Amino acid sequence: MIIDKVKKINEEEKVKKRNEKASDRMIGKWVKCDNCKEILYKEELHKNLSVCPNCGKHFRLSARRRIKQIADEGTFEEIGKDILTSDPLQFDGYMKKVETLREKTKIDEAVKCGICEIEGQKVVLGVMDGNFLMGSMGRAVGERITLAIETAIKKKLPLIMFCVSGGARMQEGIVSLMQMAKTSAAIAKLNEKGLLYISVLTDPTTGGVTASFASLGDIILAEPKALIGFAGPRVIEQTIKQKLPKGFQSSEFLLEHGFIDKIVERKDMKETLAKLLRLHAKGGAKRNE
Amino acid sequence: MSKTAWDRVTLARELERPKATDYINNIFHDFIELHGDRYFGDDKSIVAGIALLDDKPVTIIGEQKGKNVKENMERNFGMPEPEGYRKALRLMKQAEKFKRPIITFIDTPGAYPGMGAEERGQGEAIAKNLMEMSKLKVPIICIVIGEGSSGGALAIGVGDKIIMLENAVYSVLSPEGFASILYKDSSKAKEAAENMKLTAKDLKKLGIIDKIIKEPEKGAQNDFEAICENIKEYLLKEIKNLEKLTEKELVEQRYKKFRVM
Repeated sequence: MIIDKVKKINEEEKVKKRNEKASDRMIGKWVKCDNCKEILYKEELHKNLSVCPNCGKHFRLSARRRIKQIADEGTFEEIGKDILTSDPLQFDGYMKKVETLREKTKIDEAVKCGICEIEGQKVVLGVMDGNFLMGSMGRAVGERITLAIETAIKKKLPLIMFCVSGGARMQEGIVSLMQMAKTSAAIAKLNEKGLLYISVLTDPTTGGVTASFASLGDIILAEPKALIGFAGPRVIEQTIKQKLPKGFQSSEFLLEHGFIDKIVERKDMKETLAKLLRLHAKGGAKRNE
Repeated sequence: MSKTAWDRVTLARELERPKATDYINNIFHDFIELHGDRYFGDDKSIVAGIALLDDKPVTIIGEQKGKNVKENMERNFGMPEPEGYRKALRLMKQAEKFKRPIITFIDTPGAYPGMGAEERGQGEAIAKNLMEMSKLKVPIICIVIGEGSSGGALAIGVGDKIIMLENAVYSVLSPEGFASILYKDSSKAKEAAENMKLTAKDLKKLGIIDKIIKEPEKGAQNDFEAICENIKEYLLKEIKNLEKLTEKELVEQRYKKFRVM
């Protein structure tokens, strides 16, 4: 009897799944790994830190889940939450799009910053969110990140930034571009105070974020097989009129070319960060008072 | 008749429009070009060196486009690779060492999106320039003379004063790129340009730039001498003002300028 019921539910799930578009695959209880094509039970996937248990593909994470994985439980206190999207160009339909997205995703902007502890060590943590307009950087994102950097300076804390971004927020035009200068200038100030900055690049990190704070870490880590670059692969292919080789602009490619320090799997990320924090705790970070 | 944003994009891109070296040769004298990033190569889409502004030594960095196909091939259409930005940074640090003001001429469709550029860290090169320029202890004045597009322009654009020629444009991306991303159709560039707020007037209103240098109706090439005179006058006045600040005040003021954007 029960078995029949379960079968029926499963059958219904399958039919529903077939009717879903590819982009809606995460909505049901099941998700298909777009690398190995394995059908995964969503709950299992999340238990495995959103890494495919079959092939090791690192799925994209929301800021909320990332913070849960990295910060000690109950320690994250958000800063800059009241900084919200602005519309400097009065760009047609932009605010409406943002509001709809906010309602749908319950995310208020493409980055969440705060103070938290990692294995008992206090840090300022910024986490970008690819679910909000591809993690693009407009004024609110630049402002929250700059505030986070300035908080690290004020409180003499290390800074960790998890990056994921399609680049500048087009709808905010030139103002988005200026966020690159603003965040980079704040990192310069952090450096002068001898404070540690660890940048973690995740899939994808491109455009204006790559060309600003993401590339300025004292230590730059990356998740495996993330796409990392300045120009997007499509733009390069259009420019050079040929296909890019497989693995071009991957984390592994960047490691090979000397632009990142280390590739760290998600399961080891918190431990690695904690270790790096410990290694800096008794050095310059605290001497410069 | 007032010009549309697209009219200005067209003027900013004209082949006959004066390029960085034209301004360098007209405004300054005794210019000596210096080459190379000391790591990999010499990027010809960036011209850099030392010259005299009246009797004052200054360091000049300029994005250089060509005026014909041959020159454009040589200059890669003014699209720098990481070497260009690293050369610029090397010479800006040198300017700091010798306490020379820095003047940059911005004119680029964007940083070059090629394989080599990515392999050699285009993103890192731009990021490093933004960070380093923000703390240089000498006055920096940036002039957008033609097309200022994306991080490729900003990479030599973090200054104490940012000014634009009347028909120059400055934007997060070319109108074509913008249209292709937001309208999924690069042929809508004209429409995009009108919405991007990329003209000197728009940017002055947005508080991004400090001054607009007037141009004759049909573009800068039609009264080049007068434009050079105006730029020179502005440079002399502003450098004098900026040099009144202590190094600390100068850097703090620059930080605050971008902090509020």
